[in-house]
Amino acid sequence: MSTDATELPVETAASPKQRRPLPRGESADRKATTQGRWAATLIVPAMVVLAVVIVYPVINAIIMSFQHDSGLDPATGFYVAGGFAGVANYVHWLAQQCNTSGGGTVGCAPGTLGSQFWSATGTTFFFAVVTVVLETVLGFWMAVIMARVFRGRSALRAAVLVPWAIPTAVTAKLWVFIFAFEGIANKIFGTSILWTGSNGPARFAIIIADVWKTTPFMALLILAGLQIIPAEVYEAAKVDGASAWQRFTQITLPLVKPALMVAVLFRALDALRMYDLPAIMTGGANGTTTLSVLVVNQIRQGFNSAAALSTITFIIIFIVAFIFVRFLGANAVASSTPSEKGKTK
Amino acid sequence: MSSATMKPAVLTTAPKTAARNRARWASSRTYISAVLIFIWCLLPFYWMVVTAFRDVGYTFDTTPWITHFTWDNFVTAFSTSLGNHFGQALLNSLFIGLVVTVIGLLFGVFAAYALARLNFRFKFLVLGFILGASMFPGVAIVTPLFQLFTNIGWIGSYQALIIPNISFVLPLTVYTLTSFFREMPWELEESARIDGCTQGQAFRKVIMPLAAPAVFTTAILAFISSWNEFLIASQMSNDQTQTVTVAIASFAGSQPHQEPYTAIMAAGTIVVIPLVIMVLIFQRKIVAGLTAGAVK
Repeated sequence: MSTDATELPVETAASPKQRRPLPRGESADRKATTQGRWAATLIVPAMVVLAVVIVYPVINAIIMSFQHDSGLDPATGFYVAGGFAGVANYVHWLAQQCNTSGGGTVGCAPGTLGSQFWSATGTTFFFAVVTVVLETVLGFWMAVIMARVFRGRSALRAAVLVPWAIPTAVTAKLWVFIFAFEGIANKIFGTSILWTGSNGPARFAIIIADVWKTTPFMALLILAGLQIIPAEVYEAAKVDGASAWQRFTQITLPLVKPALMVAVLFRALDALRMYDLPAIMTGGANGTTTLSVLVVNQIRQGFNSAAALSTITFIIIFIVAFIFVRFLGANAVASSTPSEKGKTK
Repeated sequence: MSSATMKPAVLTTAPKTAARNRARWASSRTYISAVLIFIWCLLPFYWMVVTAFRDVGYTFDTTPWITHFTWDNFVTAFSTSLGNHFGQALLNSLFIGLVVTVIGLLFGVFAAYALARLNFRFKFLVLGFILGASMFPGVAIVTPLFQLFTNIGWIGSYQALIIPNISFVLPLTVYTLTSFFREMPWELEESARIDGCTQGQAFRKVIMPLAAPAVFTTAILAFISSWNEFLIASQMSNDQTQTVTVAIASFAGSQPHQEPYTAIMAAGTIVVIPLVIMVLIFQRKIVAGLTAGAVK
């Protein structure tokens, strides 16, 4: 245990605690051990709080997901006792199987929550892919503009923060108003579409609202990535005769990639848990039921079944995060830890 | 675009003018883009404010500036006669946001100090856990907590709204503060000690003033994220404890099946204006806090 701690590199800028002159060699050892103990004292409270508010509920949800929901089965009208259910809840969602009065299972009737798992998964991924792609492209454009030097740049950066600061619930109501039947969107485009009333337009409205609200976040993350590229690199490339397009693909893209991947990871995980916009704008109607909406709708019909669904959702999001970090190089943890090679302050 | 095709001809005749033209063209393109972004970001917000001041009879008027000016919508927003509790909800959100922010900072500052300044085992693991926690889907904890709070009769209580919020605010504060603390010139603490400060003095006179902006920025971010929360609040609250986001989402009008848009926009304006003012004042700091840790 303690041997590992001593192997860690010791920071040169030592805190005053360790300033006591000690014999060389021994000081490094003791410094690392004290640091470890200090660190534990400081970190443990936060970890305990997180364990209570996150780890405990998650474990609880997993345990619940293997229990039957007691109560009257809505499909059969029979009373179902609680107790260990095995993977029945998972089968219910993944295979979309509902109980029958005979005791067996059949495919859930259309319209019931049980029949919506795969469509909700599809909707969730559809929203995630479309919004993240749009936000990346638009965010990149905004970031490139914001990185330029011109008068009014700081006004632009402030303006970009406005949609970000508006609560999603307010954003949803605002866009519902804009997309209302008599609303400004129909007037401007000269259309008479019931935006939140049918599949395509409802999804379109939600996507627009989401893109409006979260592109600024994406743009600011990309901008931060752009700003660490030294101007000399571009100068050198210009001297060498690289075209604007070449400079973009050969310099900007590769250098901004780490920041871009982290931004995409953040947004993708955020988009996969989308709840507020569909819940408020359409109530999940017309092909806008995401997994989060489905979980919340299920809660009042049975905790344990909802727990199974939320566990599935959690696993899906975890897998996506894993793919990002493992295969696409979106290493948020690594980029937040100082690099070994002499970090400048 | 066109500058590429006209380059050779112009270059031979008047290279200087061509270069100047190109620079002017580039800068006007920048301005056009900037104006487009500006309009895209602010127009919906502007429309909300305009509607908030419009007489309810002219809800769908399309005049791009305020017409039929009235304060009535704000009165309606705060009126409780239709079963809305907007005023109470404002206080609830303020209270919940403050408590969550204080708790998040209290635990976050210490953890972030250790993560930024000390070397210890499992540091990578702890950072990974915190980061994972910050991206955690809210639905994964809403079910078990809903059952737990139902069983112990906490549904509709403030603690039922505060505790889940800590789950996403605390990782946020730890993560943001860690990035900030890592950038701080800690050598100054050392220098102060050499200059004869006691450790307490070095902390109070050197470190605290340096760390205060970082802590303050993090507090703003934490408060905003708690203020904006909807999923958990919509499930765990009742009429007395509902937050502003829930109040706005379920705002009822006098006519059934007819959304009281002008009143909702007025309520939205009240919720948003303080945030927008805060964002405009602390723009630089907020941007630094948002992007802290994402790059470097």
